[in-house]
Amino acid sequence: MKSLKSRNGLLCLAGLVLALLIPQIIDNNFYIDVLTLVLFSAFLGQSWNILGGYAGQFSFGGVVFFGTGAYASSILFRSFGIDPWIGIFGAIAAGAAMGAFIGFISFRYGLKGSYFALITLAFAEFFRIIANSVEFTGGGVGIFIDYNPSLTQLQFDNPAGYYYLALLMTVISLLIAWWLERSRFGASLVAIRENEEAAEALGVNAFRCKMYAICIAGAMGGAAGTFYTQKFLYLDPPIAYGIGTSVEMLLVTIVGGLGTIFGPLVGAFVLHSINEVARHYLEAPGLSMIVYGLILIGIVGFLPNGLIGLFRRRQKKMAGGDDA
Amino acid sequence: MLEITGLSKSFGGLAAVSNVGLTVEEGKIISLIGPNGAGKTTLFAMVAGFLKPDSGTVMFEDQNITGMKPHRICELGMVRTFQVTQPFAKLTTLENIMVGAYCRTSNRELAEANARRIAKQVGMKASLDQAADSLTVAGRKRLELARALATQPRLLLLDEVMAGLNPIEIDEIVDVIKKIRDTGVTVFLIEHVMKAVMNLSDYAYVLNDGVRIADGTPTEIANNPDVIEAYLGHGAAERMRVEGSANA
Repeated sequence: MKSLKSRNGLLCLAGLVLALLIPQIIDNNFYIDVLTLVLFSAFLGQSWNILGGYAGQFSFGGVVFFGTGAYASSILFRSFGIDPWIGIFGAIAAGAAMGAFIGFISFRYGLKGSYFALITLAFAEFFRIIANSVEFTGGGVGIFIDYNPSLTQLQFDNPAGYYYLALLMTVISLLIAWWLERSRFGASLVAIRENEEAAEALGVNAFRCKMYAICIAGAMGGAAGTFYTQKFLYLDPPIAYGIGTSVEMLLVTIVGGLGTIFGPLVGAFVLHSINEVARHYLEAPGLSMIVYGLILIGIVGFLPNGLIGLFRRRQKKMAGGDDA
Repeated sequence: MLEITGLSKSFGGLAAVSNVGLTVEEGKIISLIGPNGAGKTTLFAMVAGFLKPDSGTVMFEDQNITGMKPHRICELGMVRTFQVTQPFAKLTTLENIMVGAYCRTSNRELAEANARRIAKQVGMKASLDQAADSLTVAGRKRLELARALATQPRLLLLDEVMAGLNPIEIDEIVDVIKKIRDTGVTVFLIEHVMKAVMNLSDYAYVLNDGVRIADGTPTEIANNPDVIEAYLGHGAAERMRVEGSANA
């Protein structure tokens, strides 16, 4: 068991070194860009994973934190001249505050399961419409961000810069998940996911734990929002609060493995790869989406614990073989 | 240690528990018995904070805990188990027990050590790494007990931990409960298995239709005509007495 653990640690270290070297190895901006998007997806997925995977509170509006953070840092910069490298903390705070707001309303009244999913979806739609109709978000026209590459702007003149920023964020998100797996707070979240009443009987303050979880998810979503706007230089309500991002967040997590450290990363990598490959090799319009959809159905249908679950099963089998 | 006075709860006009008072003394094993639907589990739920009583008070160690949240009550040192076992299904036995152990420490190593010690105490050492949903009924009942014990309670509320067990398993768990009592934990239990009640309890309360109808030592209870009627129907006590003397 011990050797398995240290081997996994070595694997992580090797993965990190490889990830750091990739911009040196791959001299192709397109691939660096795709990998940046994979990391970005993985980070957003981890935000969803903390609330949905660990705490078992399936949200269908995970995008709401992303959009709030994106608007927060953009507006802070445009209206108050606060540089994004400080603005990202504003975005984190705004995302966490949004988490506290939605969490308080939902958890106070004991909303669970599909009801929680629906209310988060409703909030995302609500804020999309609000952002569309008020002045300070730029309304339907959206916000254009000036391109002015420098670290204080969190903008870079080559894709590798964004790649490293996304990598940093992903590593932080993995560390958060790793901490969850080893802490009392994480154990409480998992207990709530498995059986909330039993958890409460054993001294878990379910309301408070769920509030912390949604605030952490919100803070991460907020940070992702700043990253997005500084990379793509444009933000409008459908981007900020569109349901597509919410679905992507839960999809990468479920495909990779709910409630696992590397689930969102693995899921993001696999789904983006399938998507890119299908798009590249299938000429007929829409065919790539069909293939993507079929593979998705396969994964979700046959791997209830995601790709990580498959990997774990094999590892267990191998460990069992060693014992025999 | 635990003092309940005038506790009542109705569900839509149906009185599940009405005006029940009872006392649990420290260091004892106290039973709560009664036919199905007598309101025992409802009473437990109110005591442990899962249901708000309509009226009445619950005092735990001279502190009024009426209407307090379950996790607060657990922190104060009273914990309940569930009649229908509620394992954290996807977690292992050890992880299940650790959730309880985390009630007293945020240190992972300490929580794990405590969980292992308690698993040994209730005889679950062999199934520590087994997923909770693969445990047998007896295993799940033990797990309920272990998780509750891991919170280091001073008062343990056990809701039918012997239901569905075979006689050998019952004997084993009776032993475990006695040992728990010997470590200084007070036990208040709901039970249907009369052999266990007679064997275990220092004192018993009988509930029927939400009302307390009798209390006393197990032997007194077993000979109480009201109790016999509650279980076996109207006139049963009289018939038993007549048949008893006819046989003699």
